[in-house]
Amino acid sequence: MKIIVCVKEVPDTAIALKIKGDSPEIETENIPWVINPYDEYAMEEALRLKEKFGGDITVITFGQKRAENILRNCIALGADRVLRINDESIKNRDGLVTSKILAKVIKDIGYDIILCGKESVDYGYAQTGQMIAEFLQISCVLAIKKLDVSPLNKEAICHREIEGGLEVVKCNLPAVFTAQKGLNTPRYASLSGIMKAKKTKIETLEPDAWGFKPKIRITNLSYPPKRQEGKIIKGTLPDTAEELVKNLKEARLI
Amino acid sequence: MSGKEIWVIAEYGEEGIKKSAWEAVSAVRLLSENLKTEPAAVILGNGIGRFAEELSKELNRVYFFEHPLLSKYNANTYVRCLYYLIKEKNPAIILAAATFRGKDYIPRLSARLDCGLISDCIGFEADNGVSFKRYVYGGRLIATVKFEESEPCIITIRPRSFAYKKTGTVNGEILRIVPNIEQQDIMVTIQEIIKETGKRSDLSEADVIVSGGRGMKGAENFKLLEELADVLGGAVGASRAVVDAGWLPHTFQIGQTGRVVSPMLYIACGISGAPQHLAGMSTSKCIVAINKDPNAPIFKIADYGIVDDLFKVVPVLIEEIKKSKKN
Repeated sequence: MKIIVCVKEVPDTAIALKIKGDSPEIETENIPWVINPYDEYAMEEALRLKEKFGGDITVITFGQKRAENILRNCIALGADRVLRINDESIKNRDGLVTSKILAKVIKDIGYDIILCGKESVDYGYAQTGQMIAEFLQISCVLAIKKLDVSPLNKEAICHREIEGGLEVVKCNLPAVFTAQKGLNTPRYASLSGIMKAKKTKIETLEPDAWGFKPKIRITNLSYPPKRQEGKIIKGTLPDTAEELVKNLKEARLI
Repeated sequence: MSGKEIWVIAEYGEEGIKKSAWEAVSAVRLLSENLKTEPAAVILGNGIGRFAEELSKELNRVYFFEHPLLSKYNANTYVRCLYYLIKEKNPAIILAAATFRGKDYIPRLSARLDCGLISDCIGFEADNGVSFKRYVYGGRLIATVKFEESEPCIITIRPRSFAYKKTGTVNGEILRIVPNIEQQDIMVTIQEIIKETGKRSDLSEADVIVSGGRGMKGAENFKLLEELADVLGGAVGASRAVVDAGWLPHTFQIGQTGRVVSPMLYIACGISGAPQHLAGMSTSKCIVAINKDPNAPIFKIADYGIVDDLFKVVPVLIEEIKKSKKN
């Protein structure tokens, strides 16, 4: 089974971000970068599929040299091959360009199952997996929380998240699955894995001559308006609850 | 763009056209006024003529795809139908709600058309060419995004970002289309739907959300919040700590790795207010925080706070609300 995992490095979700001057970019110096949390579930699911059915895992990222860190971690976890598509020469790329290039690279490698995070926690467009599937003309199941693959029948049954619950869906393989929290619990890398990862050479691809143009562009970044600090209702029960209800009723909220 | 059409693709469920779809209808109307375009709706299904009629009371034109294979939602058939109609009619903008379905087929449609997609928008500005606002970095920043030579432009809007009001005053035309689709176009089939929220509404559609955190101390105590949610006709949510502890399934999680919500009223019980949680609920119209710890960060963004034991406050609150509803 040929398994592809697409991963992305993102700023750590716990840190405060600064906008770089009046540019539509953030300050990226000295901030901690991590693998996109949803991609960790995708990677873990790939490892489980390999353990169950055999095959090999290729992990691809689109990013600058710094992103090699997350690829090394994927080797430490058990990826067979990692690949970085160098984006240092591409200034403006949108999801459409990213997906086109990823689809092209994935097509060249060959695939049975493609796993991505359901969205990245940086821009959060939630589109890459679906677009890759459309470019490759294969199935895509979004935000999965359970995956049962049957390689013999070339199909999979999965649970995908919808408003208020889950849908049980059946799909043909090959397919793209985008991972939602709840799919699995990601493992930690072993010490021997970490040692191996240190020595592994990371392949790099240069996409700049491929000539895809972005269709959307971020023109500005701003901070969201700060909420006014409200009032603490002083006193004891039941007065506090009564006053709260009175306020909410006046504001026509209940 | 002037004179062209701008389309809203309307989503529906068993209960009818979804709230988020009506919000999308409002967004399309607003955009049309600003861009001098003609608003129209698209709906796909089988035996749902009544929904097409409902839409025709709000918009001048409704494209209604009807086919037995459209009786269940499927991304492949949706993309196929929409692709051909878009190629024929050449609309300026396609808009849908950023629901799980919208997120499923819209990126595929955008890839098929080779068009730009700005997803999960919360608003737009029409001066100096139209631009769209959306949250990035888990709600920590807002980005302004523009299209560059994309025809059409494709947009999804975050539920509860646009107010909706049905007018019922338009007498629009319904154009019924029988698409050329086949069973073999369908790659993903829905077999079963498992509802996890019971009779309560989903987080993205609820006007009131009662949410619990680590301070709830255990799964069994969520009954209390369910009771409060029920007297308010709202939904129940939770912080990440609750989901990680296994007290509630992930469907209920609000925050950066859960759902982003924007209800009229958000009542946070025993939630300290980690930045990742605030990212998922800070656009709520009114926030109430109930927490023992006066230093909990949630109080910094709450409109009303009660510093007390939630297990004492919530039962009294339920009684007070019941009382106030009688008056």
